[in-house]
Amino acid sequence: MASSPLRQGRIALSLILFLVYSVILLDLSGTIPVRFTQSVLFLQFSPSVIHFFTLASLAGLGFIIIILSTFILGRVYCSLLCPLGVLQDITARITRMITHRKRYHYSMPFRKLNYMVLILVIIATIAGLLLPINLTDPYSNFSRISTGLVRPVLILLNNGIVALLEKIDIFTLPRIAFKNFKLTATIYSAIILIVLTFTTMWHGRLFCNTVCPVGSLLGFISRYSLFRFQIDETHCNSCGRCAAFCKSECIDSKAHCIDVSRCVSCFNCLGSCPSSGISYKRGQKPAIVPDLHPGTDQERRALFSYAAALFSLSALAFVPREIETGKPSTLPEKKKNPVCPPGSKGFEHFTKSCTACHLCVSLCPTQVLKPSVFEYGLSGFLQPLLDYHASFCNFECRLCGQVCPTGAIFPLLAEEKKLLQLGKSIFLKENCIVYTRKTSCGACSEHCPSKAVQMVPYKGNLKIPKVNQDICVGCGACEYACPTKPYKAIFVDGHRIHKKAKRPSEKKLEQKKVTEDFPF
Amino acid sequence: MKRRDFIQKSIGAGAIAGTAFAFGGFGRLLASGLYEPLLPFDLVAVKGGEPEAMFEKAILSLGGMKAFVKKGQKVVVKPNIGWDVTPERAGDTNPKLVARIIKHCLDAGAGEVFVFDNTCDNWAKCYKTSGIEKAVKDSGGKIAPANTEAYYQAVQVKQGKNLKNAKVHELILEADVFINVPVLKHHSSTELSLSMKNLMGVVWDRGYWHRNDLNQCIADYATYRKPDLNIIDGYRVMMRNGPRGVSEADVVTMKQLLISTDMVAIDAAATKIFGSEPANIPYIKKANDLKVGRMDLKSLNINRIVM
Repeated sequence: MASSPLRQGRIALSLILFLVYSVILLDLSGTIPVRFTQSVLFLQFSPSVIHFFTLASLAGLGFIIIILSTFILGRVYCSLLCPLGVLQDITARITRMITHRKRYHYSMPFRKLNYMVLILVIIATIAGLLLPINLTDPYSNFSRISTGLVRPVLILLNNGIVALLEKIDIFTLPRIAFKNFKLTATIYSAIILIVLTFTTMWHGRLFCNTVCPVGSLLGFISRYSLFRFQIDETHCNSCGRCAAFCKSECIDSKAHCIDVSRCVSCFNCLGSCPSSGISYKRGQKPAIVPDLHPGTDQERRALFSYAAALFSLSALAFVPREIETGKPSTLPEKKKNPVCPPGSKGFEHFTKSCTACHLCVSLCPTQVLKPSVFEYGLSGFLQPLLDYHASFCNFECRLCGQVCPTGAIFPLLAEEKKLLQLGKSIFLKENCIVYTRKTSCGACSEHCPSKAVQMVPYKGNLKIPKVNQDICVGCGACEYACPTKPYKAIFVDGHRIHKKAKRPSEKKLEQKKVTEDFPF
Repeated sequence: MKRRDFIQKSIGAGAIAGTAFAFGGFGRLLASGLYEPLLPFDLVAVKGGEPEAMFEKAILSLGGMKAFVKKGQKVVVKPNIGWDVTPERAGDTNPKLVARIIKHCLDAGAGEVFVFDNTCDNWAKCYKTSGIEKAVKDSGGKIAPANTEAYYQAVQVKQGKNLKNAKVHELILEADVFINVPVLKHHSSTELSLSMKNLMGVVWDRGYWHRNDLNQCIADYATYRKPDLNIIDGYRVMMRNGPRGVSEADVVTMKQLLISTDMVAIDAAATKIFGSEPANIPYIKKANDLKVGRMDLKSLNINRIVM
């Protein structure tokens, strides 16, 4: 096939961007500057929309650029910027090499389903139920595949290399701990990846033109785009070659018609036509979009059941859930609320604006951020929470708020963070070592950055923890450090709405002059 | 495999031949089972100077670093890097002191000088904020990670009462010379954090210690691998809210430094400097009972230096 320069450019650029996204999402060493991450993620559609409406800030204007570009050039976002789209192109290429499958052929659109999902996503998102967008958003799905599937592999690989280097006494590369691994998130990402691999194998960008809300929206806009692909009927002999290369399966060569709403502007068709019958140029009249045709029965049923499942899931999402950790033994920790990330303002704001892309999970230096399952209720599926059994939130760190692309986690000022109360520490004396074994412990108090947990006199010389909830920041250091098993003797219950902690007293100690004598 | 072989070899060589110098401090200790007999003082206490200058005086009065480090030896310097706090907060060992110790080791001919700590806060942040990572690199040492269990090897603590097994950082097991450099500070669980407490940063499962009488476990572990040299940084001292501290308001500049091969003695002396009594620090008494060292400061030959 004579490949057009536009196509080659598209492939090159999309691969570069794909690599950049992957590097950002999988930055194990924390070396990528926050500003770079922010500016690259700026152009991701769904996060940008949510960011715009939650913060009403310029940082959320990326989606307007995408909309404008679609009005001019068609769905170039889908072929260039969307990492899930590029991932599908890559898997299609690989599977084609392995299976030698035939290329594509024209298929009917699932327009009704398309718009149904889009409307559901929009209504649910406005209503504060993020599950539909979480499950369908291309960026978040790609991001979860990276962090849930690729990241564990990279960590294992890194640690393997470290073990080898260690044998020759090289300690410059550190091992990476893996505290925030969540099997549910990994399995979910694996399922998505497998499903996508099959759909791309059979029908190219089927996901993008049936389920993806961004694809649906941009597809609607691209009907009116300035530049678009057109078939010159005088040159076209309906040989179908272009359709074979069209991964959107949107070229009906018999009817000399291109369904531009499904076209992802990949330029594959341009060079494929032996008689130069396809061109990419300014449209003369509104694009002709084929009417809704029934797809094959099987496909329709499958896709409608998917939509039905989505609907029922979102209905269930209205049921809030309390989280219960552990089985009954000594005294289980009873958390009324999960702890949401610092800067998320609390349960309400966070669950209503997080698309569960897991960028914060991947970048969190202490790995305290972990994908949830149903701790936030069904609608909060996979939205991250702070797991204090795995780790605790660093007192000075504000990274999650700086990188969050949706504005679910706001950026915090340094002083703000130190006085932000994510929850309150609760002491369960009956589980405490000092009470049960009558020996010293105090691991909780050691780790507390504000000394909200103090050791106070108990029996004999023993000291026992006492919590001052006013100055507690809810960082979870106490809970993490507490050595009791299986239940902790101290834990943090998250706030529905984050509060401001009081400042610990800082009476300065008297500085003594150095004298000449020693006390021994 | 390599490590285990090394340990077995060194034990064998130490016991049979008693060739002290072939295996550095470890060999010496195993061979003699006694305190360093060659040193002119049991303990050196310096006050009134900058961290580097006080260390220079102290090590000189013990015969210089050459008395401890031989050519080509592998040295581990273990400061306290437990917390993500700046040097002014005195939660971690003074980076200037760490740098000067490394320089002396290298000048004495050390092959490599490694520095690490099993930190409490996020390790990468601790290494950076404490200023120790930079100090180590600038002075020619090597900063090593200690953040996952894979760096630790299971050992037996034969003389331990509560602590019979521990997982110890492989660098400690491989080192010819082990220099322990804690910072003197208040500690909410054990009253004070000193040289024996600082050894909690070379083991993996500290939760076990906390569950099984923390003070006893600290004393137990002190019987396992005694450092060849202990240097207590008392330049800035956290007087309350330890071990992490809340702000600089918790810190008093004391300008003190202690140096000794005897962990019990140096901890007892540091306790006095802090303003407490060694008998009130449970792990000092327990370690004394286990004959890790001597807490009776009157019986020691102490060199007191005022700058």
